Amino acid sequence: MSVDQATVRRVAHLARVAVSEEELEPLKGELNAILAFVEQLADLDVANVEPMTGVIPMELPMREDVVSDGHYPEKILANAPESEGGFFTVPKVVE
Amino acid sequence: MTVHVRPTDAKKLIRGATGDWEVVIGMEIHAQVSSNAKLFSGASTAFGGPPNDHVSLVDAAMPGMLPVINRECVAQAVRTGLGLKAQINLRSTFDRKNYFYPDLPQGYQISQFKSPIVGEGEVIVDLLDGESFVVGIERLHLEQDAGKSIHDLSPSLSFVDLNRSGVALMEIVSRPDLRSSEEARAYVTKLRSILRYLGTCDGDMEKGNLRADVNVSVRRPGEPLGTRCEIKNVNSIRFIGQSIEVEARRQIEILEDGGVIDQETRLFDPGKGETRSMRSKEEAHDYRYFPDPDLLPLVLHADFVEGLKGHLPELPDEKKARFIADYGLSPYDASVLVAERDTADYFEQVAKGRDGKAAANFVINELFGRLNKDGKDVTTSPVAPAQVAAIVDLMAEGVISSKIAKDLFEIVYTEGGDPRVLVEERGLKQVTDTGAIEKVVDEIIAANPDKVAQVLAKPTMLGWFVGQAMKASGGKANPQALNDILKRKLGI
Amino acid sequence: MTALNQLTLTEAREGLATGEFTAVELTEAYVSAMAEARTLNAYVLETADKALAMAAESDKRIASGDAGKLEGLPIGVKDMFCTEGVRTTAGSKILGNFVPPYESTVTAQLWREGAVMLGKLNNDEFAMGSSNETSAFGPVVSPWRRENDKAPIVPGGSSGGSAAAVAAYLCAGATGTDTGGSIRQPAAFTGTVGIKPTYGRCSRFGIIAYASSLDQAGPFARTVNDAAILLRSMAGYDPKDSTSVNRAVPDYEDAVGASVKGKRIGIPREYRVEGLDPEIAGMWEEGAQWLRDAGAEVVDISLPHTKYALPAYYIVAPAEASSNLARYDGVRYGLRVPGRDVQEMYERTRATGFGPEVRRRIMIGTYVLSAGYYDAYYVKAQKVRTLIKRDFDDVFALGVDAVLAPATPSPAFGIGEKSHADPVEMYLQDIFTVTVNLAGLPGISVPAGFSCKNLPLGLQLIGRPFEEETLFSLAQVIEDAAGRFPVEDTWWVE
Ligand SMILES: [Mg+2]
Ligand SMILES: [Zn+2]
Repeated sequence: MSVDQATVRRVAHLARVAVSEEELEPLKGELNAILAFVEQLADLDVANVEPMTGVIPMELPMREDVVSDGHYPEKILANAPESEGGFFTVPKVVE
Repeated sequence: MTVHVRPTDAKKLIRGATGDWEVVIGMEIHAQVSSNAKLFSGASTAFGGPPNDHVSLVDAAMPGMLPVINRECVAQAVRTGLGLKAQINLRSTFDRKNYFYPDLPQGYQISQFKSPIVGEGEVIVDLLDGESFVVGIERLHLEQDAGKSIHDLSPSLSFVDLNRSGVALMEIVSRPDLRSSEEARAYVTKLRSILRYLGTCDGDMEKGNLRADVNVSVRRPGEPLGTRCEIKNVNSIRFIGQSIEVEARRQIEILEDGGVIDQETRLFDPGKGETRSMRSKEEAHDYRYFPDPDLLPLVLHADFVEGLKGHLPELPDEKKARFIADYGLSPYDASVLVAERDTADYFEQVAKGRDGKAAANFVINELFGRLNKDGKDVTTSPVAPAQVAAIVDLMAEGVISSKIAKDLFEIVYTEGGDPRVLVEERGLKQVTDTGAIEKVVDEIIAANPDKVAQVLAKPTMLGWFVGQAMKASGGKANPQALNDILKRKLGI
Repeated sequence: MTALNQLTLTEAREGLATGEFTAVELTEAYVSAMAEARTLNAYVLETADKALAMAAESDKRIASGDAGKLEGLPIGVKDMFCTEGVRTTAGSKILGNFVPPYESTVTAQLWREGAVMLGKLNNDEFAMGSSNETSAFGPVVSPWRRENDKAPIVPGGSSGGSAAAVAAYLCAGATGTDTGGSIRQPAAFTGTVGIKPTYGRCSRFGIIAYASSLDQAGPFARTVNDAAILLRSMAGYDPKDSTSVNRAVPDYEDAVGASVKGKRIGIPREYRVEGLDPEIAGMWEEGAQWLRDAGAEVVDISLPHTKYALPAYYIVAPAEASSNLARYDGVRYGLRVPGRDVQEMYERTRATGFGPEVRRRIMIGTYVLSAGYYDAYYVKAQKVRTLIKRDFDDVFALGVDAVLAPATPSPAFGIGEKSHADPVEMYLQDIFTVTVNLAGLPGISVPAGFSCKNLPLGLQLIGRPFEEETLFSLAQVIEDAAGRFPVEDTWWVE
């Protein structure tokens, strides 16, 4: 499988990375080189193999239902590029 | 699990300009799990609070932060699954649903896409006319809520509050088994009732703790399913009904004009009474689901599930059946009483050891009516079950009439007190002393010879005499005794 | 007398305990060495004041007999570890001046044991790279140079700053992270010891995620014993990481010097790849002989799915990364580049904040997870992981205690030599290391020889899950036989 420019543009948008027109072609080449490399998996039959879900056999640990965290809005907002009145702010989203 | 195929019901069809249409509805309910802490962090789930206060570093998706699941949220999902008579999946997985939105800090929502914790189940729904039907549940999965974006505080900015970010939700997906807005409302009402019984979601729709995505399509009866539209985040049962009505109408008009329905996400505007396309959500979505590598598969042990099953409360359907069997209630009265667990408990405290029907009548007609008027419910009722029980007993013993019972109830409601004492103190006792009644009757007969003549010709006039005698006795005359004496004295 | 900063961690621990010198003196030695070595660009942030304050506290605890296991030992921290109150960047512009209000579990454990933090070490951006050339702070220069050649050499990556700093005596030990070889490859390139423990052995809490199912922290040190000391304090169960394993941490130092008699060592034939550098092949054989001489049994084994490891890695790692890095959106922390609307803000922020290699991996990851491709790529790659893990399970079931292989296919290369090549050429650097991450196993890289140009080469030992002790025992045999590989010429000191 390989990607064309339109796919590169679509993927860049899905990933929210601005890509200029001039970047499309080189990026396409790089992505296709990687895709060609991973294509090696094509000649391997994995029909009856379970996909890995965790390398170490263990159960998902669970936490007790106690409030043990939070109540430090100053820490949450400390690194905010922009905030106002205790909220993070972003350019207005139109729904 | 059986798939319930619902035959077309002519009375549920919508009349269009070119014939009848059947509306087909399925719902995805997002129910906030009742828990102290969030699904994957130790921050509080409490409603409200200053912005970004009930937020941990995990909820804000700070670099390097990791999720750890809350056992109680898992238990709540299992309880709910059991309450929906559903398949509990002993192995389920958490997936990431990837998309960008300012109130989605991780850039993905942790949800269960491929293997949900709960599989197929069902909800039995009763309509007011006594009809009942089954709604298939396709699945229930656990997921994180997003934060909140506020768009109307500034002309150029949206404000983001992460207090809700990471709160556990159960998404309960129904099959498209609903055929009218009334059915949809009844389904949500019933589901909400079950969740509240289980204690797994408080069902508070005003706080957004229960909200519905409503999938609506229309078709000619007997035809395959039409293209559906999803109305997002409807947050009241009334709006669910209204949104279905207007959306079905909109689709019918388009189809009757020869148009086609675009599958899309829409928003219900209660002010304008219309649904409109949510363009921002329409952008091609590709959520790139994959198993969350920060979490292992969730494996439940059979004894964990059995333990929860053993402590499940009696649910509305079972309670209703028991009320009918044990108290001789009509299905309708039983439905009304079991709708809320508190109400059912209240009723049972009143009914225990006495006539269930009489207790149900008084609770439904007198108590509920009065509470409703004040915007109260049984949990805030000024009258305790024992007080209601005493009034029902006084009626059964013939100490007071049903009319006096109403007056007595009002006194108890507004002033409080022991009904038995009040009956004595306020002289509300029914007069069963036939001598006293006879005296009153004799006086009325003597004073009204014209009416006596009339009643002999027309026995229904007896009511007038009853009324006069009751008035004269201050309403306390035993109606049965009064009737007997009147008939005997008038010779009818 | 050896300069204080040239002592091994074990020697420094001894000197502090006997009062030969103080933690402040030791720290000062490092602080001045760091100041003289800025050409190497190993540190992205030096925290000298903090280090000296911590050292003073250490001296008090040593005096009062309350010393921790790492009391007064100066450590460098890879900039993938969040450090409370100290800027943490992951080597990326996108984090801007992010100052975490929290500490990673691994570093918290180091400080709890009395270690002193010297600063934050450079790394490939978000740990994506094998040469430390993708860092937003520029490349790290290895303290090693080819014989009679002043061209700067890469220290390897992604933990290039950690490797270079340990080799150049700029810290007594350092933390690293290893997702596909990012500890073992730079350790091999710099003549240092690096171990990636079993997945789940060290908490990932507070470590900036690259690929969650592969990432694992581990130490860099100048000797096997030093690495054992550091790993003991870094490892351990953490309820804040759901993939952390609740298992006691042994005293790894006890395993160093333990007999390896009767241990069965597997030599995987699939690692004899075409074009393997002959001097690496020679060192590999020599290493096997050293182990044999120490009483181990060396057997040929097969790990048949080895050749699929790298392609599987370049699906799984970018896929997870594309999702892990979605949080860098300019909303809550880090860089924000304004835009007309929020979408444009996201796209500009991420295009400006991420470097080319990170953007490339995010895009590959996004693509392989997208509708219609998920099964063909991601699910398939996860199935390949099952097969790779099964390969190892099979040889372990045959009684093999550890696998011996080269750490890298070649010695270190020059800065810029591979950066204009096809990205895949750089990816081949990890050919011998990624299998270990895919299977979650422990792997140690230990220096074992020199290239013809006088650059260090490393051997890798791969162990059974949670049997790091076996690796330390075997690695010590190699260290004893091969000798140590200290940098002799401190050319960077102007
Ligand atoms: Mg939905
Ligand atoms: Zn949902």
